[in-house]
Amino acid sequence: MVYTFDGTMDGLLTAVFDTFDRHEQPEALLTTGDALPLFCEQVYEVITDEEKARRVWSGMEKRLSREALKLITVGWLSEISALNNPLYQYICKVFRQDADAPSIERNFADPDVLEVTNIARKVLHEQLRMKQFIRFQKAKDGTYLAVVSPDHNVLPLIIDHFADRFRDQPWMIYDARRHYGYYYEGTGHPVHITFEDESAVPFNLADGKLNEDVLSSDDQLLQNLWRTYFKAICIRERINPRKQLSDMPRRYWKYMTEKQ
Amino acid sequence: MLTDSTLERLRILAESAKYDVSCSSSGTVRRGKQGMVGNTVGGLGICHSFADDGRCISLLKVMLTNYCMYDCAYCVNRRSNDIKRATLSVSELVSITMEFYRRNYIEGLFLSSGVVRNPDYTMERLVAIVRDLRTVHRFNGYIHLKSIPGASQELLNEAGLYADRMSVNIEIPREESLKLLAPEKDHQSVFQPMKLIQQGVLENKEDRRRYRHAPRFVPAGQSTQMIVGATKDSDRDILTMSAALYNQPTIRRVYYSGYISVNTYDTRLPVLKQPPLVRENRLYQADWLLRFYHFKVEEIVDDLHPNLELEMDPKLAWALRHPEAFPIDINTADYEWLLRVPGLGTKSAWLIINARRACRLTSEHLRKMGVVLKKAKYFITCHELTSSTLQPLRGINELGPDLLRPLLVSPHQRKLAEQEKQLSLNFEN
Repeated sequence: MVYTFDGTMDGLLTAVFDTFDRHEQPEALLTTGDALPLFCEQVYEVITDEEKARRVWSGMEKRLSREALKLITVGWLSEISALNNPLYQYICKVFRQDADAPSIERNFADPDVLEVTNIARKVLHEQLRMKQFIRFQKAKDGTYLAVVSPDHNVLPLIIDHFADRFRDQPWMIYDARRHYGYYYEGTGHPVHITFEDESAVPFNLADGKLNEDVLSSDDQLLQNLWRTYFKAICIRERINPRKQLSDMPRRYWKYMTEKQ
Repeated sequence: MLTDSTLERLRILAESAKYDVSCSSSGTVRRGKQGMVGNTVGGLGICHSFADDGRCISLLKVMLTNYCMYDCAYCVNRRSNDIKRATLSVSELVSITMEFYRRNYIEGLFLSSGVVRNPDYTMERLVAIVRDLRTVHRFNGYIHLKSIPGASQELLNEAGLYADRMSVNIEIPREESLKLLAPEKDHQSVFQPMKLIQQGVLENKEDRRRYRHAPRFVPAGQSTQMIVGATKDSDRDILTMSAALYNQPTIRRVYYSGYISVNTYDTRLPVLKQPPLVRENRLYQADWLLRFYHFKVEEIVDDLHPNLELEMDPKLAWALRHPEAFPIDINTADYEWLLRVPGLGTKSAWLIINARRACRLTSEHLRKMGVVLKKAKYFITCHELTSSTLQPLRGINELGPDLLRPLLVSPHQRKLAEQEKQLSLNFEN
């Protein structure tokens, strides 16, 4: 017995609902279109239903702590399809548990809980890296622009941080890999944006550079100041490229001013 | 206003400031405020970049000026050194900080200065910069300010209202050694400003209990630094000093800085081909044991062992000296005892404590959770009877510390330790 779903979070939650509704326990939850396992006789296709998903989620809210719920949402942002099955099993276990048993969310001896927690940690690690390594350039109209391409979909996790920190300056952070970004006007809330024609944007998606005609006049000097500072602060007697690489992996360098 | 000459001066002043190792932006959480730029995140802070030496760049670490009236032997900026000198103007420094911050290059500013004319004159100029940043430019990010020994209490009190963290460096743990290298200084001149800052913080705590909106005073506390390997002071001298400092309510961090031969001509100092990095690392590990692992300083260093072992970390060294404390049962031991197992850190201990509520743990569980058993396996017992590669029946008590020791030190570690011992031998002669 195998379930297939459409790859959305609502679809996964609906699959949990149907599992209990139909009194079944499928061996695996697959995305529609995945190759079926050998000797698979029964396939049930989950039809995503927002109402069912909402009921499952509110059930989880009763049974799990806020941190555990957060880890589940964060894990989902990893966009790793191998997480679907452990996550689905984890949520099923939550509902199968006795009410008085200690909560499963911190039982790291359970492989599904462990997998979800570990992947969520990876995503949290990367959102921290975005907070560290995002570099803005200032455009002539005063907007600060940064381009990123993270491994996981972490933009939703870092937007509040930047809105809180740079609340008096307009900025935009654009995810070149997922083709969307957030724009903050200088007041209010950051808004989700996409470009109809990505080739017409005034910046280069490969290295994040603003085109020269829109770059503000003193930005080049400031970038040079920063590069100079970056070189000057290093103590040559202690050179340690291994540590540098482990803390600042090379895949983030292409958008970083000091490494360009 | 910022020009190419700024570029050159920033380079000189960053190079003068880089031997100060403190860089953290931790210790205080402050959300953004209407009409201001910036916030501080607390936790471990945010490192915005990593220099080629692998050290984190969190704050813009820079000196206001590297002219200095003192002649301390260990300092690159000493009066008698023939290096390029420079000064940044208040407006230059302020606009570099703001522009860097707005581009997400830095968490804030770490400002220090050489002492010119007299301590009060220097401190006044430092305070002017942080006042400008906070009140005129509405900067709400992190500020770490060096306090100048000998500056007046009024100036320190004003500085504390703008700075998140303040620091004075002890540099040399024993006063005799300090007197030898810096005859113009003594420990009193370092402890006096520390005391004044502490007094300010404690009074402020009292005020805030009464008036919730009283402005905060140095909310991220104080830090300090000691140089390692410039004098003959032992690790015991250094760690005893650190432990005494951590007993004070406002000291959050002690940094250790492996001595780099900056002034090779001075015969009072050793000539080292490379800084004592292994020793520095061991000191940081010992520092962690003091702060997070419930160790006492006498357990780490004592009369018989005044220096830390270079080949292995101080926790492992302690464990090998105390076989009677082991084995520790993973399924029943307290958190404090789990932390004493070599190879288990706070994260592993936390995972174990949580997971064992649901079931009895075996070494297979531990391995899956990501607990590293390479060292730990000799010091623990789990819920299993058979011997396997993961869980040998032969632990520390069966093997004995002398047989176990060579199994736990890698050839690479031994080589590094050997190299560094050679360095210190040269120093003794």
